[in-house]
Amino acid sequence: MAEEQLTGAQIVVRALREQGVRHIFGYPGGAVLPIYDALFQQDAIEHILVRHEQGAAHAAEGYARSTGRAGVLLVTSGPGATNAVTGLTDAMMDSIPLVCITGQVPTHLIGTDAFQECDTVGITRACTKHNFLVKDVGELARVLHDAFHIATTGRPGPVVVDIPKDVQFKLGNYVGPAEIVHRRYQPRTHGDEARIAQAMALIAGARRPVFYTGGGVINAGPRASAALRELVRLTGIPITSTLMGLGAFPASGREWLGMLGMHGTYEANLAMNRCDVMINIGARFDDRVTGRLDKFSPGSKKIHVDIDPSSINKNVRVDVPILGDCAEVLEQMIDAWKSGFLQNDKPALLAWWAQIDTWRARRSLAYQKSVDTIKPQYAVERLYQLTRDRNSYITTEVGQHQMWAAQHYRFEEPNRWMTSGGLGTMGYGIPAAVGVQVAHPDALVIDIAGEASVQMTMQELSTAVQYRLPIKIFILNNEYMGMVRQWQELLHGGRYSQSYSEALPDFVKLAEAYGAKGIRARKPAELDAAIQQMIDHPGPVIFDCVVDKLENCYPMIPSGAAHDEMILPDATDGPGVTEAGKMLV
Amino acid sequence: MSQQPASAYFLVDAPVRESKATLAILVDNEVGALARVVGLFAGRGYNIESLTVAETDHQKHTSRITIVTRGTPAIIEQIKAQLGRLIPVHRVVNLGVDKPGLEREMALVKVIGEGERRAEALRLSEVFRARVIDITHTSFIFELTGSPTKIDAFVDLLIPLGMVEFSRTGVVAIGRGVEAL
Repeated sequence: MAEEQLTGAQIVVRALREQGVRHIFGYPGGAVLPIYDALFQQDAIEHILVRHEQGAAHAAEGYARSTGRAGVLLVTSGPGATNAVTGLTDAMMDSIPLVCITGQVPTHLIGTDAFQECDTVGITRACTKHNFLVKDVGELARVLHDAFHIATTGRPGPVVVDIPKDVQFKLGNYVGPAEIVHRRYQPRTHGDEARIAQAMALIAGARRPVFYTGGGVINAGPRASAALRELVRLTGIPITSTLMGLGAFPASGREWLGMLGMHGTYEANLAMNRCDVMINIGARFDDRVTGRLDKFSPGSKKIHVDIDPSSINKNVRVDVPILGDCAEVLEQMIDAWKSGFLQNDKPALLAWWAQIDTWRARRSLAYQKSVDTIKPQYAVERLYQLTRDRNSYITTEVGQHQMWAAQHYRFEEPNRWMTSGGLGTMGYGIPAAVGVQVAHPDALVIDIAGEASVQMTMQELSTAVQYRLPIKIFILNNEYMGMVRQWQELLHGGRYSQSYSEALPDFVKLAEAYGAKGIRARKPAELDAAIQQMIDHPGPVIFDCVVDKLENCYPMIPSGAAHDEMILPDATDGPGVTEAGKMLV
Repeated sequence: MSQQPASAYFLVDAPVRESKATLAILVDNEVGALARVVGLFAGRGYNIESLTVAETDHQKHTSRITIVTRGTPAIIEQIKAQLGRLIPVHRVVNLGVDKPGLEREMALVKVIGEGERRAEALRLSEVFRARVIDITHTSFIFELTGSPTKIDAFVDLLIPLGMVEFSRTGVVAIGRGVEAL
């Protein structure tokens, strides 16, 4: 068969199609016009026009996290590429597979400070898993397939493919994904059997074991969550998860301790502190989780399953490292448990559960209810109760509302929770919700937001209106950058420097101006009906939920403190923050 | 299981000493590969004491980078793992730890002077088996190959004898014995 000659732009579209891409998020500009022209002449791929390239990246992230497939964005050179950088960094930190195609000035102008030129591969080198500048149209198809391979295998991440405009016009040969041999990047997925045997023996001998799971379980796909559930059921061991891992194990499960870390539950953090065997599956000992490192779980043997060798022994030295894909390793662990006829130390485990129950009885997520003002926790609780039986997906912005959502919205399934964990990107929620809704047109997609974060990418509501994406933006409006205010209260003598949300828009009118619906609730008594109204509305909604202005998010482990030094909701004076702790973020 | 010690992490409370490591890194010879490696060191706060790089396999388009760095054993492990994440990187070996290695450097040294100082410089170069590769009535350029400490020693001796310029390659290294990288 004679090789087909296509233009670079046609090669891009063909490669995307053969990679199974149905939707891309993007914004046109001079350096990508040939690709937009090729998109115009086909129907297989739908292009979603965002309002800002950062929105394209977050939308692609939401799409990727809710489907398990790579999210794709297409932006122009210069500002198009630089605007996407925040989203790329976010995807890098949270291991989200993205393929970002950027236009570039024509090859002969590279390096001349041409109009809308920037060194895209230079700028994105540190915030991508890998990036390419394609100067030869003959390489284009191979590079694009390689980009998908790299983005989606191993520890997932964003990949940038920078394509100069002249390359988009030139004729070249197309090769399909099946014809590409990925020689150099072949991450190991199968766990070492001897290490797994060692781990299972440790687990069987444990008196106070705990599972600590993370986003790696979500990234490894539904198979990993299923295996995790089986392993927990087999062993009866308590389980906690990071922010990124919520939903891998059902919140209604008997063994579920809630989220751990800075705003995790008392029982989860104390179980981590006092355990004798810690089983980390796809989490990375992030500082939000460990708190003070030298007091982090001092008496435990640690097992760590991760696909990324650099995550192992990075922050915390572990005893049994296992390199591999979470799904595969969990299945191997189950096999080892069953075929070895392993048993827990039942009496010890019972005593451990009894201990955990005393911590649970502390009810660390409790808060003072009020009839006059809506407590933010109450708002999330009611939202959960009224949406729990629906096919719902939750995104968030970053701050107090994000933590309240993580604490009070209970996830039963993976891929239902989209939040910016590692980078902590305010403005993530609306565009991520757009991406989720594009992938799941019939689902109920809610961005649990704060009034400050939401203004960072508010313009993407326009995208939602254009494509009739009925996303719900549920704003916990306390008129403060709540988490900043909370830290200023606890660490900086209540000097609320620049954290008051002055001159807020009227969110109801704002929604109407965009052609969406606005709903406001001020009193607990009217909350349920208003939420129901939001759910029932067939189009996009901004819900302005006016909540208690000064509520703090507890429990909280202050910076530089250990897991057993938490500030609890009704404690008037916590352990406080040391001078060294103030240096930390 | 019998009595288990606490995790190793918490046993090591005493400050861990930093040591030198020589990393041999095999990479695809493609645009930006070196920038990725160097950028990783800069971005994560690791230091580079010396760096050499050249294509070593023209057929396979692979280059070999030799980096001398310093760090605690944990940091060196982390550097290796982070390098391993870079897509163009094929292998990373800590020479001297993963396998015993040999290190060599080359230096070019310009010395100007007359009379007894000039004669002394030439005598020293013979002791160090340096070659004279350029000569005028008032200057020499010496070429010296050897271990980094040998080059340091040579230069220290030449400074009072009129050394005005000095260029060194940085370390290249290779593992001893039959095994190849």
